[in-house]
Amino acid sequence: MGFGLPGLLSKGGLMVGRLKADVVVIGAGITGASIARELSRYELKVFLVEKEADVACGSTKANTAIVHAGYDAQPGTWKAKLNVRGVNSFFPMCQELGVRFEKTGTLVVALDEEQLPKLYELLERGYTNDVRDLEIIGRDEVLSREPNINPKAIAALWAPTAGITCPWELTIALVENAVNNGVTLLLNSPVLGIDASDCGSAMCVKTPGVYIETRYVVNAGGLYSDDIACMVGQDDFRIVPRKGEYYVYDKRFGSMVSCPIFPVPTAVSKGILVTNTIDGNLMIGPNAQDLNDKEDLATSWTGLSDVLTEALMMVPGLPMVDSITNFAGLRAIAKPSNDFVLGPAPGVPRFINAAGIQSPGLTAAPAVAEVVRDFLYDADLDLVEKSTFNPCGSPRLRFSALSRNEQGVLIDKDPNYGQIVCRCETVTEAEILAAIHGPIPCTTMDGVKRRTRAGMGRCQAGFCTPRVAAVLGRELGCDLDEVTKRGSSTGLLLARTCDLRAAQGGDDNAED
Amino acid sequence: MRKIECDVAVVGGGPAGLAAAERAKDAGAARVFVIDRDRELGGILQQCIHNGFGLQLFKEDLTGPEYAHRFIDSACLKGVEVLLNSMVLEVTPSRTLYVISRDQGMLEITAKAVVLAMGCRERNRGAVTIPGTRPAGIFTAGTAQRFVNMEGFIPGKRIVVLGSGDVGLIMERRLTWEGAKIEAILEIMPYPSGLIRNVAQCAKDNGIPLYLCHTVSRIYGAKRLEGVQAVKVDEKGMRLPGTEWDIPCDTLLLSVGLIPENELTRVSGAKLDPVTGGPIVSDDMQTSLSGVFSCGNVVHVHDLVDNVTQESWKAGECAARFAATGQRDGPVLRIRAGDGVRYVVPQMVRASSLRTQETTLYFRVTDTRRDTLIEVLLDDKVIWQAKKQIVRPQEMVSLTLEPRPHLQPMTGDKVCVRLSHRKGDEDI
Repeated sequence: MGFGLPGLLSKGGLMVGRLKADVVVIGAGITGASIARELSRYELKVFLVEKEADVACGSTKANTAIVHAGYDAQPGTWKAKLNVRGVNSFFPMCQELGVRFEKTGTLVVALDEEQLPKLYELLERGYTNDVRDLEIIGRDEVLSREPNINPKAIAALWAPTAGITCPWELTIALVENAVNNGVTLLLNSPVLGIDASDCGSAMCVKTPGVYIETRYVVNAGGLYSDDIACMVGQDDFRIVPRKGEYYVYDKRFGSMVSCPIFPVPTAVSKGILVTNTIDGNLMIGPNAQDLNDKEDLATSWTGLSDVLTEALMMVPGLPMVDSITNFAGLRAIAKPSNDFVLGPAPGVPRFINAAGIQSPGLTAAPAVAEVVRDFLYDADLDLVEKSTFNPCGSPRLRFSALSRNEQGVLIDKDPNYGQIVCRCETVTEAEILAAIHGPIPCTTMDGVKRRTRAGMGRCQAGFCTPRVAAVLGRELGCDLDEVTKRGSSTGLLLARTCDLRAAQGGDDNAED
Repeated sequence: MRKIECDVAVVGGGPAGLAAAERAKDAGAARVFVIDRDRELGGILQQCIHNGFGLQLFKEDLTGPEYAHRFIDSACLKGVEVLLNSMVLEVTPSRTLYVISRDQGMLEITAKAVVLAMGCRERNRGAVTIPGTRPAGIFTAGTAQRFVNMEGFIPGKRIVVLGSGDVGLIMERRLTWEGAKIEAILEIMPYPSGLIRNVAQCAKDNGIPLYLCHTVSRIYGAKRLEGVQAVKVDEKGMRLPGTEWDIPCDTLLLSVGLIPENELTRVSGAKLDPVTGGPIVSDDMQTSLSGVFSCGNVVHVHDLVDNVTQESWKAGECAARFAATGQRDGPVLRIRAGDGVRYVVPQMVRASSLRTQETTLYFRVTDTRRDTLIEVLLDDKVIWQAKKQIVRPQEMVSLTLEPRPHLQPMTGDKVCVRLSHRKGDEDI
């Protein structure tokens, strides 16, 4: 699989190339993806560089997947402004890209009288933030909508403009659309340094493989956006990773709630919520714990037990077993502001930050992209609309969502739809092939999983791991022991049969 | 969409499905289909290249593939029709199956009787909740078995195994022979969960330390697994703080139990038993849906394939009879698990069966007991009794009831299986 990059030079086996760009966007999470896609509307040479083997691998892959209405954020903050702007453009964007979004609304449920004032405070704040159609509903209505929640509920804030989506599906669709519109994606490309001498009138972004000379840089480096900013001398904010842990339950329990159910928020977080997912699972979480380590994605007994305990207060009938997995995600909290960090670095006007993007970062992403575009424009970037820009993506075909007749017709057209690879999620080989050969190189087990759901079901890849690995190996032209979970150093298999015995210098009788 | 009609459609071509299909043929069903999602018949037996299969049934020591092939050959000889690489997407209550494959597209198979024989799947990390990171290198024992025995690859070189189930034990021996080092087996229960012969031959003989009352409490490693934290647990399975220690390893195999694979059953509407995780069946292996039968590990997890075969022969024979007559026998009595018994399969028995034929009950006990008496009660009167030297939770017990032609008409509707103390016995 070639990237077909121009200007690559081979020097003693090391590929070091020099490329020229108008804009380099650092980080292919939801924020970088939205910005790259926004910029692909214009006559610009844009590079999107990502340190991981795939897009959507940081905070984007592990969060609550909620499109928030916007009553949470303190009025006047970027979070408040861009949340409401984001939610308004979210549905049209998803429609264009063929990404699933379900306008479920959300509930914040008060479980005792003491919490009532807080509900009204949220309502007021929602009005100030221009959130539409908020209302407080009474106990009977809460319980008739959500019969599984704690009967002690006394009232709830109903926010009908909110919804649920799939963050990595959206990010992949955004990047695919950007790539189709001319953006170059460089994976496995951590930024090692940025040369921004001469006040950054021309900058050079260095990665292990290529140096990119560019007029503008956008920092969407997520958890590492402070480190990226430091590369151009900006040290007025730092990112604190705030961990959140989750449980995911079998799809049998997905209908226990019909929308995300929040408790009344605390000072630190929105609280542990119970939500359905766009794919029909039930999910609970997240807790909130500030850390130092930006790679610490470990769940813990105390964290998981807190999550379960609090979720049980809201939905007492939650299954104690039948969780299919647990995971942790890291929010990128910008200190000291606790707000999104948007705009040029001091003294480097062509280096634009989109940093500290935590909740409601998913919702705000389309708005953040527009704001960043405007900052670039203010820094004298010419924005000439591209006549060939095509905003549309094609929805990923999901065999399991089709009727029996449609499924039959599809298999007749392409027999690979007749081969189920993941039994729990009914994923066909054709879907896996489409994922591998999509506009973004998909070379890992996790990449296939996030595009197709193979391995996300109740058996958690026990059945399909060997099968997906076999398809990946075949399509990438490599052996099974070269297939990785998510890029370098994450190989599935460490040896071949007979290898170890041979290495130990012996056959079965060696000890005799 | 192509439509096919048949007498008996069997979902799953493992040992259960094969035995049911061949016996359905013997019993006169004209058109019998076996549908399997894999590339060959035999199910999980094909990756079980170790021996020890068939000791009970054939008095021979066979490997998994050898055992499977006896049934594959016999089913084919008898004219069972086979659909491979074919996935059953749905079984309706009216016994229509939607099946897809590369070659045939979407098939709608309507059967006079259906046998559900989908087997089981392995419990995974999520099901047992092990906190920590999510690196490469964590496999269920069966997935590792497929990689090693079918594909020729070794998952890792330094391995910890959580759980002492049979698949895990077998893989410890297999991987040791391949040159990998098994660092430890951690078992949360105070006793090994696999067969005693497997504990001896696979773990003890290879000098692998088996830690009872232990579990894994944390996973380390960002990319590849770097180690696990082991911890001792008390008799209730609660972790004992202060007893943790770290074991460096690159691979964790999970052998923490099997779950009957009943997604199709659930959608079909057949009632499930919360204890076994399988459908509730009558002594003819019929589920709560008329004409839908079930057998093997999808009903309850067996220790020995020999028992699966016998149960499945019964299912096949009764399915063929139902296909011919369309009649369901009744009335049925509930079988209750009494003192010391965790579950009994079948969960229902026809009164007529108890009078006229041998009835085999399979059950598991709640705790280990020596010199115990198994009693089967009908309306609170002991009707059958059997002595057992020892019963253990990890080993399924089977009990064959001789017919009692003169059983009085029953006033209640309950059969109960329980363990009773023999004089002077003590629990251990």
